[in-house]
Amino acid sequence: MFDYAPAPEAKLASFQKSYGHFIGGKFTKAANLYPTINPASEEVLAQISHGTAKDVDLAVKAARSSYEKVWSKLSGAERGKYLYRIARIMQERARELAVAETLNNGKPIKETRDFDVPTAVSWFFYYAGWADKLDHAGLGHNPQALGVAAQVVPWNFPLMMLAWKIAPALAAGNTIVLKPSETTPLSALLFAEICQQAELPEGVVNIVTGFGDTGAALVGHKDVNKVAFTGSTEVGKIIAKQVAGSNKKVTLELGGKAANIVFDDAPIDQAIEGVINGIFFNQGHVCCAGSRLLIQESIHDEFIKKLKRRMNTLRLGDPMDKNTDVGAINSADQLAKIKKLVKKGVSEGGELWQPECKIPRNGFWFAPAIVDNVSPANTVAREEIFGPVLSVITFRTPAEAVTKANNTEYGLSAGIWTEKGSKMLKLADQLNAGVIWSNTFNQFDPTSPFGGFKESGYGREGGRQGLLSYLKAGK
Amino acid sequence: MQAEEIVGSRLTNQSLSRWLHSLPGVDKVGLEARAASLATRSIKTTSKVWGLDMAIKMMDLTTLEGMDTPQRVRSLCQKAMTPDMDDPECPTPAAICVYGDMVPHAKAALGKSKIYVAAVATAFPSGRASMKVKLQDTKDAVAFGADEIDMVIDRGAFLSGNYLEVFKQIQAVKQACQRPKGKPAHLKVILETGELQTYDNIRRASYLAMLAGADFIKTSTGKVTVNATLPITLLMLEAVRDWFDQTGELIGVKPAGGIRTAKDALKYLVVVKETAGERWLTPELFRFGASSLLNDVLMQRKKLLTKTYLGPDYVSVD
Amino acid sequence: MRLDVKKTYKLFIAGKFPRSESGRSYQVKDSKANHVANVALASRKDVRDAVQAARAAQPGWAGASAYNRGQVLYRIAEMLEGRREQFVSEISSLTGKTQKQADAEVSAAIDSWVWHAGWTDKIDSVAGSMNPVAGPYFNISTNQPTGVVGAFAPQGSALVGFVNTIAPAIVSGNTVVVVTSEHLSLPALTLGEVLATSDLPGGVVNILSGKEAELSSWLVGHMDVNAVDLEGTSNPTELEISAANTVKRVIRPGTYLREGSKGNLQHILDLMEVKTVWHPKGH
Repeated sequence: MFDYAPAPEAKLASFQKSYGHFIGGKFTKAANLYPTINPASEEVLAQISHGTAKDVDLAVKAARSSYEKVWSKLSGAERGKYLYRIARIMQERARELAVAETLNNGKPIKETRDFDVPTAVSWFFYYAGWADKLDHAGLGHNPQALGVAAQVVPWNFPLMMLAWKIAPALAAGNTIVLKPSETTPLSALLFAEICQQAELPEGVVNIVTGFGDTGAALVGHKDVNKVAFTGSTEVGKIIAKQVAGSNKKVTLELGGKAANIVFDDAPIDQAIEGVINGIFFNQGHVCCAGSRLLIQESIHDEFIKKLKRRMNTLRLGDPMDKNTDVGAINSADQLAKIKKLVKKGVSEGGELWQPECKIPRNGFWFAPAIVDNVSPANTVAREEIFGPVLSVITFRTPAEAVTKANNTEYGLSAGIWTEKGSKMLKLADQLNAGVIWSNTFNQFDPTSPFGGFKESGYGREGGRQGLLSYLKAGK
Repeated sequence: MQAEEIVGSRLTNQSLSRWLHSLPGVDKVGLEARAASLATRSIKTTSKVWGLDMAIKMMDLTTLEGMDTPQRVRSLCQKAMTPDMDDPECPTPAAICVYGDMVPHAKAALGKSKIYVAAVATAFPSGRASMKVKLQDTKDAVAFGADEIDMVIDRGAFLSGNYLEVFKQIQAVKQACQRPKGKPAHLKVILETGELQTYDNIRRASYLAMLAGADFIKTSTGKVTVNATLPITLLMLEAVRDWFDQTGELIGVKPAGGIRTAKDALKYLVVVKETAGERWLTPELFRFGASSLLNDVLMQRKKLLTKTYLGPDYVSVD
Repeated sequence: MRLDVKKTYKLFIAGKFPRSESGRSYQVKDSKANHVANVALASRKDVRDAVQAARAAQPGWAGASAYNRGQVLYRIAEMLEGRREQFVSEISSLTGKTQKQADAEVSAAIDSWVWHAGWTDKIDSVAGSMNPVAGPYFNISTNQPTGVVGAFAPQGSALVGFVNTIAPAIVSGNTVVVVTSEHLSLPALTLGEVLATSDLPGGVVNILSGKEAELSSWLVGHMDVNAVDLEGTSNPTELEISAANTVKRVIRPGTYLREGSKGNLQHILDLMEVKTVWHPKGH
């Protein structure tokens, strides 16, 4: 039959054997090494330096020095042109970046090629245009940069998260020390090369690789003016405590447990796609993933039947294959966490269903899953799983949908599926979430602010609001 | 199943209208995004060979011009019987699709081959004629031996909300497809999606045609600005899939017009596989209405065998 | 010895480079009154053709995503940078500016394209609004392009003034028919070649060289033009009265500076319409 033959993307990216940090425009000597792997094969891709407090200090010093001597003295227009250059070089090297990201993260090449990399590029283009228009940002005439920004990004969208952090910070006139996740440092190190190609002044962007202790040293460094963190709520709370009493401005983009609410008057076939995309995109490693399906009771059976049929067509496997829909789980730790939570959910009464799919021998994998008949008290309805697991909860009325959707400590995003506009807009008012998608899900655009309510964090990334996270009013 | 059983009441324009308008809406952006995402599937090596051969087997090789002549139809039939002179293994199209008066010439030319003859009927392409004329048009083609009838719906009646009229016309044409002896002609119902314009209309027209007894639902005549598109075909495949769930009846889908390249044809096959399922990957349930597609598929097929790109001079014109 | 191959300067309409329909041309001279080139002298029928081309291109250009329009405008800056020397030489020849001054003018023109490129996807973030109406309604105001703009570039500027006339119009999705400076028309016509190779759809910018006084009444009076920029005209009051016949939006001469490396947001907004949308909220 028509079973797609393997369609592997060419391995267009190559890595050095080992990497140092990128400080002051140069790579330091690799030291204190640990391996970074391809989670789809467990093959070692390169040796990465585990940054120490001393490395962090050097990077902050480089950032401070370039801020004072070079970057703060450039006009916005000239800063903008550097950002445009970076965007262009990223476009030129787009496929290489996509391949590198897929190898190091385990997500399908289709996603890195069509989503992660183009979105990262669009962030640079968008904020390039802001650099000479800061008077319009909303803080009055001649707003000022904050200084040195410490940025810590997660492993789920390594390059895209880097772009979300770096582009607005540079446009606003800050210099940067960024720490990528310990499991996915390679695209950030390729980005360092791009900064070199763009002839970005030395020290404007510094990248220190490492683990949580490296991040803590960076966030806690006394000469840092701004802290931007994307990651778990648990670490977000630690950071919020760590910076308490300082003058550091903070943005936190943390966890989520989004409700994807489907009414009986929804465009059903598109709602199926939206629910699939909402939870299985990037293996569910998405803070705003639609991990709770709130389905109107009257259409539960029909909808779940269609959903399962659609899940049967998902193709799990080699992330480098252009036809793969679901790639590898990013790490052994994450896989263990997913398994543990799902097991707990089942023991608490959830009904687990997974399509049959061949699991590759090496690497970390979890077949797409739905857990039906979940009560609001079930662990899988409350805790962020950060994996391809959809919990199904029913509701009867719009008011009940709102109550159940809001019954969480998180508040990052929500989805509403109905063809009735007035209902959608009312619900959007009532839901406590920073981003509401209607008849679509997981949409991102540099012009559109993103961020959460409640324990999903504070501050916004994207749009004019995202710029404000890196500016203060002029004197 | 009987139409009344499906609609749930006696058939009136009002009950039909209520039933059609109760179908779930179609979100344009979401539908088109899904089609675009399926279009990025990468079909390589063995699956490409399989797909190209299947595309030929699913083809209704078509000539529908005012200037058609018996000689032109004969030459097209010749092409259908031996698409690739160098390769006797090359599959043949499902059918030749012609105007009704050309059916005898096509039948004669095709002789004992297994290729069907499909005739467009019911005052194709506009459908603007009296019911008497439309039925006679159909009966003529059936009498000439057409295996399949491609009828057009009355878009005017549909757009003015006269669903019952459309339903009755399809039923009457279906009746005209019967033969006193032998198998009735298969009925393909052309919705002319380019004139219905909205996806909601296309979904409703698909259901209306299936309710009235269509064996196939077909997108277009090929004679208007917008003909077959991937999202429209995807939508119609959802309709036949859900119809099967509801009634157990297997209805075919035929995109027609504007599909010119092998690459396009493979995208359609992907959409068939991932929407309706593998079951529909057969000429019995999926067809391409096309005139220039065959040669591009032949060129790609030869390219796979010879590992060399061909020019159009290396396949025969039809 | 080798003879130079000289360029023929033609109009730019619908992405093509036609001569004037009238078959006429006029001489452009350098700052020392020496002949430089014969340039197409546009007629009222060229105005008609150009407006038709602009109208045809408008929905497509306005319908392109703001991101895409921004990329195209930035591409114009890139292409202009790549042909800097040609512009420097044309500007200094026509105006008598030194190489350095001409070079600075080209730099300003490039930077102005970059400045405008950045606006495409920010206009509504700055100038749109969510309106807190007193009732259960969702209410937003967005800015949309006016449509076809008829513009007259300043007579005294060879390049940067021309750029600062067309860029504010097209940034939001308008299309434009622009009459160049009569005597300094060469860089504007050469810019047409840059636009033609910058992924800008044909018809978005249509460039006519010739006599402002001959063309202005036809362009301003044209009933399928939605807004006019009268910067380079000699009888603006008369033209403004003519524009009032179809309630065209009018930019009077001297309203905006045209020499800098940045434009003005208000200039962009003058060529846009505010659209407010209401929708009830309730379930």
